Amino acid sequence: MNQLRAILLRREAGIAVMIVLFCLAVGVVKPNFLTLNGLRIILLLVPLVMIAAMGQMMVLIARHVDLSIGSTLGFAAMVTGMMFRDMPEIWWPLGFAVAIGTGTLLGLFNGVLITAFRLPSIIVTLGTLNLYRGLTFIISDARQVDRQYIPSALKAMSQTSPIFGIPWIIFMAFGVALLTYWFVMHTRVGRQIYALGSNPEAAPLRGISTNRVTILVFALSGALAGLAGIMYASRWGFVNPSNTGYGFEFQVIAAVVIGGVSINGGVGTVLGTILGVLLLGCVGAALPFLGIPGTSQNAIFGAVILIALLIDRSVRSRGIAPLSLGRKRT
Amino acid sequence: MLKSSLLAITAALMLTGGAAYAQDKTEIVFVGKNTGNPYFDSLTQGFVDACQVIACNFEFVAPATAEATSQIPFIEAQIQRGVDVIAISPNSPDALNQVFDSAREKGIIILTVNGDITGNEEHRDATILPTDFTKVGADQVEMVGSLIGYQGEIAILSATTEAPDQNFWIEGMNETLANDSKYANMSLVATVYGDDQPEKSTTEMEALLANYPDLKGVIAPTTVGIAAAAQVVQSRGIADQVKVTGLGLPSEMRDFVKDGTVEAFQLWSPYNEGWLAAHFAVDLKNGNATTDVGSTFEVPNLGTITINEGHSINTQSALTTFNASNIDEFNF
Amino acid sequence: MTESTTTSMQAREIVKARPAWHVMLVRPELMTFILLVIGIYVGSLLSPFFLDVNYILRSFTLTAELSIAALVLTMVIISGEIDLSAAANMALSAAIFAYVQAAGVPMPIAIAAGLLAGLAMGALNALMVIRFQLPSIIVTIGTLIFYRGLAQVIAGDRSIRVPDWFIGVNNVLIADIPLPVIIFVLVAIVLAIVLGTTTIGRQIYQIGTNPIAAKHAGIKSNQIKVGLFLTLGLVSAVGGLMTASRLGSVRYDIALGGELQMVLMAMLGGTYIFGGRGTILGTFLAAWLLVIVSTGMTVANLLPAIQLTVLGVLLVVAIIATNFIYSRTQR
Repeated sequence: MNQLRAILLRREAGIAVMIVLFCLAVGVVKPNFLTLNGLRIILLLVPLVMIAAMGQMMVLIARHVDLSIGSTLGFAAMVTGMMFRDMPEIWWPLGFAVAIGTGTLLGLFNGVLITAFRLPSIIVTLGTLNLYRGLTFIISDARQVDRQYIPSALKAMSQTSPIFGIPWIIFMAFGVALLTYWFVMHTRVGRQIYALGSNPEAAPLRGISTNRVTILVFALSGALAGLAGIMYASRWGFVNPSNTGYGFEFQVIAAVVIGGVSINGGVGTVLGTILGVLLLGCVGAALPFLGIPGTSQNAIFGAVILIALLIDRSVRSRGIAPLSLGRKRT
Repeated sequence: MLKSSLLAITAALMLTGGAAYAQDKTEIVFVGKNTGNPYFDSLTQGFVDACQVIACNFEFVAPATAEATSQIPFIEAQIQRGVDVIAISPNSPDALNQVFDSAREKGIIILTVNGDITGNEEHRDATILPTDFTKVGADQVEMVGSLIGYQGEIAILSATTEAPDQNFWIEGMNETLANDSKYANMSLVATVYGDDQPEKSTTEMEALLANYPDLKGVIAPTTVGIAAAAQVVQSRGIADQVKVTGLGLPSEMRDFVKDGTVEAFQLWSPYNEGWLAAHFAVDLKNGNATTDVGSTFEVPNLGTITINEGHSINTQSALTTFNASNIDEFNF
Repeated sequence: MTESTTTSMQAREIVKARPAWHVMLVRPELMTFILLVIGIYVGSLLSPFFLDVNYILRSFTLTAELSIAALVLTMVIISGEIDLSAAANMALSAAIFAYVQAAGVPMPIAIAAGLLAGLAMGALNALMVIRFQLPSIIVTIGTLIFYRGLAQVIAGDRSIRVPDWFIGVNNVLIADIPLPVIIFVLVAIVLAIVLGTTTIGRQIYQIGTNPIAAKHAGIKSNQIKVGLFLTLGLVSAVGGLMTASRLGSVRYDIALGGELQMVLMAMLGGTYIFGGRGTILGTFLAAWLLVIVSTGMTVANLLPAIQLTVLGVLLVVAIIATNFIYSRTQR
């Protein structure tokens, strides 16, 4: 156990070193990247991804995957945005409850489908990725919720706060990360997620309800995607049926996998996930500084994922049955 | 008695029959770039309103995403439905050539609206552009010049690197800056591309501000770009140092204008594009207009429209400027 | 064939003493066929312009490339793996082909470059999955982003034209049937014969049903899987070139999201996501079903949102139904 811990620690140290080296390299070319302003740009890029990444991390630790979070984000943001538009008198913080609640419902639906019919999570969430996106178009009548309908107080959360003027959403992202840390490390249910993911067959023997834990991680993933949804409205000031959250799942999965969360379940830490998110944030922020066209961003993301997978493989050289994700062994 | 009433009925039947024939409505379909794009809500409304006063039936369809090929099945479907006119804002300058050709073989009129298939004009009948694109570059330079006192560094935040309209306007901006002595004290320091995504446009804008600390003005000739740029300036509270302008939708920019982040920006009327396209489509179908260069036709509220070089028509000759004094008059 | 598999098959035979009609009827392909009939009926209700064989054939050419690749993907899934990168492969191989020919290289070499690129992409997938033993589902999500990203690097946001003579594979009619449809049918027949009657075909099922038993039986699982990934890579590249010919130009976003459609075809055709079960006939029928469904909705001018929703629901329903049917008919 101690040895495993040591390896994990090394892994996180490795990502941290990568972040530092990368930023220094960019700083050599463009010194103004290594300023407070540069840090501000990076930190403002990551909150949405970080919040959703915490949910995805738990899903991956439980040996599942949730591809529907981008559409969940879009749907939750649309419901909330439409509420702001159609009920301007409403107390705006209620939007958080609506967004998180909507996300939770969609996540629950994933979890129930997966457990009730014993289906692979990857296929179910690939289906709901389309389903939720389609529903977003239908409920919104394919219309964008414009900036003027999003409450100014909500938009201000992405701009400033009384604490050194650091925007609220940055605190919220790290707050969610801290809560997740407490949840997975210091609660019984949290530890059960690890137990389930590292050995699904043995989990019931240890008194863990496989179905309950599975549904829980999907509900949490949905809830956090919902939270990211209202923060999308805060950060960008609009909700669009087709753009909002589109392709978001790939960014999040990339960040989580880079952060050392194993796709075979059972392994992953909040710190690693935070670092994975930050590394992608640094790459995303650095490209325009260096004048590299945005068109190369996806190739870089893809390459980083593949490299992270190979590192994952070499760190824990454990044989894996193909397509074991979500496979029910009887 | 009986005989005369029968006659009356027959006459009435003939009348209605004849009337129905005379009112044979032109079937128009507009294929948008993608659904959920606020720009097209207003453009579509122009079509809808036109078809309530002239003889046409209108339908709007659009794919879920704006990739090059996503419009093809929708055009195929309109061919199969046998519509009279397909109006389209093309997602690709060339991937639609084949399907346009097969539509035109069936006698369907193809009108590109709000953007053309540059370099492949022979595959469509005519194009309806919102304004004279050759003047957009100069107008935008004048706009930013007036905001910064014709002095200092400016930058351009555009859509994608290959966006044909934006590139054409940027070319015009460069020419204006180089040739007009009025702008001799202004220098264009960078042209960057936000790919029409809010996230990317925002980081590009942030990088501009970091890389060029003396930046005075930014032109963003794209609706996504100008909103993202304005938001960066707003959240950093530097509206008095960096002036953002460009082409934007009043509905998306209203808040920025009201709180002083953006003093003025420009656009045209998407509504009039739809209104004009519907009238042109019906006139073409009924033979009251032709696509011949130099010919003219009348459109209520817009006056006499002339077919220009390249079978193109414009809905307005110059850009409309929006600022705090008039922004509430526009509801798109 | 080893003793253990023979006995298990005998045991299965004894338990499976069900009437022949039951075996015939309770098959996932039948569900696909019934859905196909319903789809045609609903389509004809939605729009009077729908029931036109030429129109449906023409619409099929729009997804023929994906359908052809889906046939090979079916075999990959039966062998217990999956490949989500095939659509991105189409875009990248087409982009490489278009880029090379635009640079002035003779067409035959450019075509070869595109096909080789497809093969190389299949090889990279195989390397990661077989050599490094990583789960194919995550590997191919990674390569999906990577290949599509490379296509974007090569083509940027512009579209690259191809020569006029290369344009229009979908307009070539043989006995009034577009060439891509004929290719699809031929590929389906060949693959159905390979999968249904040859030793390799039987081995593919065995690898997917029970990898360990297959190993003990001396089946060269790794070689077969590498072969399948390479075949899918090559076929995807052919699909990419066909797309280039159909469109007359190449952009990085061709076949965007096609992976979902391909998985959907396999699932709707009754291929079992965990491997070991499925038929080419099922995917063949499902490809037509998808064309019928999407064409029916498009010609009725329904919102694409409704189409997305229907596709998502179909996928979930198809997996539930297949799982249910297999759990009832097997063992």
